Amino acid sequence: MPLLEVNNLRTVFHTNDGEVYAVNDLSFSLEKGETLGVVGESGSGKSQLVLSIINLLASNGRAEGSIRFQGQELVGMKPKEINRIRGDRIGMIFQDPMTCLNPYLTIERQMTEVLMLHQGLDRRAARQRSIAMLDAVHIPDAANRLKRYPHEFSGGMRQRVMIAMALLCQPDLLIADEPTTALDVTVQAQIIQLMNELQQEFGMSIIMITHDLGVIAGISDKVMVMYGGRICEYAPVFELFQQPRHPYTRGLLQSVPRLDLAGSMQLHSIPGNPPNLLHLPAGCAFADRCEERLEQCDHEQPPLKEISPGHLNACHLETNP
Amino acid sequence: MTSLLQVEDLRVHFQLPGDGLLRPGHRTLKAVDGVNLSLAPGETLGIVGESGCGKSTLARGILGLTTVTGGRVMLDGKSITGLSLRQLRRFRQQMQIVFQDPLASLDPRMTVSEIITEPLQVFEPKLGRAERKARVRQMMERVGLLPNQINRYPHEFSGGQCQRIGIARALILGPKLLICDEPVSALDVSIQAQIINLLMDLQADMGLSMLFIAHDLSVVKQISHRVMVMYLGKVVETATRDDLYRAPGHPYTRALIDAIPIPDPEIERNKAFTPLQGDLPSPLDPPSGCAFRTRCPRARELCARQAPPVQDAGNGHQIMCHFPLT
Repeated sequence: MPLLEVNNLRTVFHTNDGEVYAVNDLSFSLEKGETLGVVGESGSGKSQLVLSIINLLASNGRAEGSIRFQGQELVGMKPKEINRIRGDRIGMIFQDPMTCLNPYLTIERQMTEVLMLHQGLDRRAARQRSIAMLDAVHIPDAANRLKRYPHEFSGGMRQRVMIAMALLCQPDLLIADEPTTALDVTVQAQIIQLMNELQQEFGMSIIMITHDLGVIAGISDKVMVMYGGRICEYAPVFELFQQPRHPYTRGLLQSVPRLDLAGSMQLHSIPGNPPNLLHLPAGCAFADRCEERLEQCDHEQPPLKEISPGHLNACHLETNP
Repeated sequence: MTSLLQVEDLRVHFQLPGDGLLRPGHRTLKAVDGVNLSLAPGETLGIVGESGCGKSTLARGILGLTTVTGGRVMLDGKSITGLSLRQLRRFRQQMQIVFQDPLASLDPRMTVSEIITEPLQVFEPKLGRAERKARVRQMMERVGLLPNQINRYPHEFSGGQCQRIGIARALILGPKLLICDEPVSALDVSIQAQIINLLMDLQADMGLSMLFIAHDLSVVKQISHRVMVMYLGKVVETATRDDLYRAPGHPYTRALIDAIPIPDPEIERNKAFTPLQGDLPSPLDPPSGCAFRTRCPRARELCARQAPPVQDAGNGHQIMCHFPLT
């Protein structure tokens, strides 16, 4: 049984302008110890996907379909029950550590709270575990740092604290939503290395959301490319980078300026702008930016087809080469 | 070589209040501390460094948007430091800036046409209405905005389009110098490529000189002729693009290049490197000698005692390091 199984997930938001589908008919599964990288532009629905999984959607949002975590259905679960899973079996890291930590409380208070609540430890044992976890994320002088407030840490250190907090209960799944986007490259490299190291130590599965294809290349086992709330391509990491099939994936890979290739020729760029989720077309959402579009792309949603073992692609070109 | 922009020993220091009993009085934050650079007509100089290294303050200092503590900025051979606002005004139309956050840098209550027209009204008030309109239309078309978008407001546009508006506003006066302060870091990858291509095209067409500030070395590599690396308010290395990426001389430059993840799993996973440890030291209390020594894998005793000299590696390649890599 996979650790996480998502089937036909739809995330709907009720807005004044009508219903908006941020995630549309999305299915995938995640095995134990596996890392799934999720790539997509702003508005592709990648953040709403993970917020649906942990039931943290905004109040006008609703998830439909099925999300099974360790066999338990998360969609429609009561807050009391989901609270027992969230923070305990599923850990989360967000983009901006400063807005996720409570500025009024010491790191100690925020860390021990998690352990006392979920695992019923007393204060002293919780403190010991917290120190051990800060050590694991390489925060020097952990015992003293514990008494400090979030503003006394640098951006990279704060993100380490967030990671330590997320891993306190040794979750089976760690969700990281753009954890390194706000950080400098040198610090980003430290954090990625740390995450790889911690995964080997604790063996958790990771869902890593990022728009940085370099980060994806370094950390994922499988990659899911999202566009307009749907999966457009899903493949093992080597296959995705070596044989990208969807025109969007190919365009994305070509528009990254490469440090390892010479020259300053024109970058390939995808024309147009990301789609507006309020007015998604009837057919493929990428159609109006696609250089290889066919007639049927405008009015028919391309099915997500398995083109080789483990490699899925949602494009009409697969059926009409 | 005559340069369009010449910056000599530029310093921008900020005075901060002391922190209570132990250290009364003022503390000085040296955001930019003795920067030299020159920029030829039609050239792009990339400026890179981590957040807090002073690259944005440098840009503001050059443009006279912040008070300069010392040093000199010369535009076209004339010094523009210490000029009164009135005197500076003449030079403003020759140097323009594009900011990082495209939406925040546009007035939400002005239409696109008002935003792009405003510089013309200020600097060329004698221009006739029809001609002004034609200039705005032409500029919009040049940056890839549609004529039917002329009466829309910034919030109706996506990030990439807002950045196009910002570029149109900066270029409508035909400046000689364009400073781009992280113009693409807030944009999606596919849009980022559009804007970089646009800037490169515009530069070739209009013969612009550009200072391109970014923290992303791969974007800078794409667009720059020469690159300057900054650390804690100081320049640590300057070189032509190819020299800098092929044979970086400063350990910090090396670390920055190594830290960039390559979008190829084969290369990325077999990359043998140790990321730079630690964080940027506080600019209020920079390390003695070489500012980078606290994170430098090659630091020795000398680095703590003495500020590093400029080492010349030929071809304009300058490295501020006691023990450079090349």
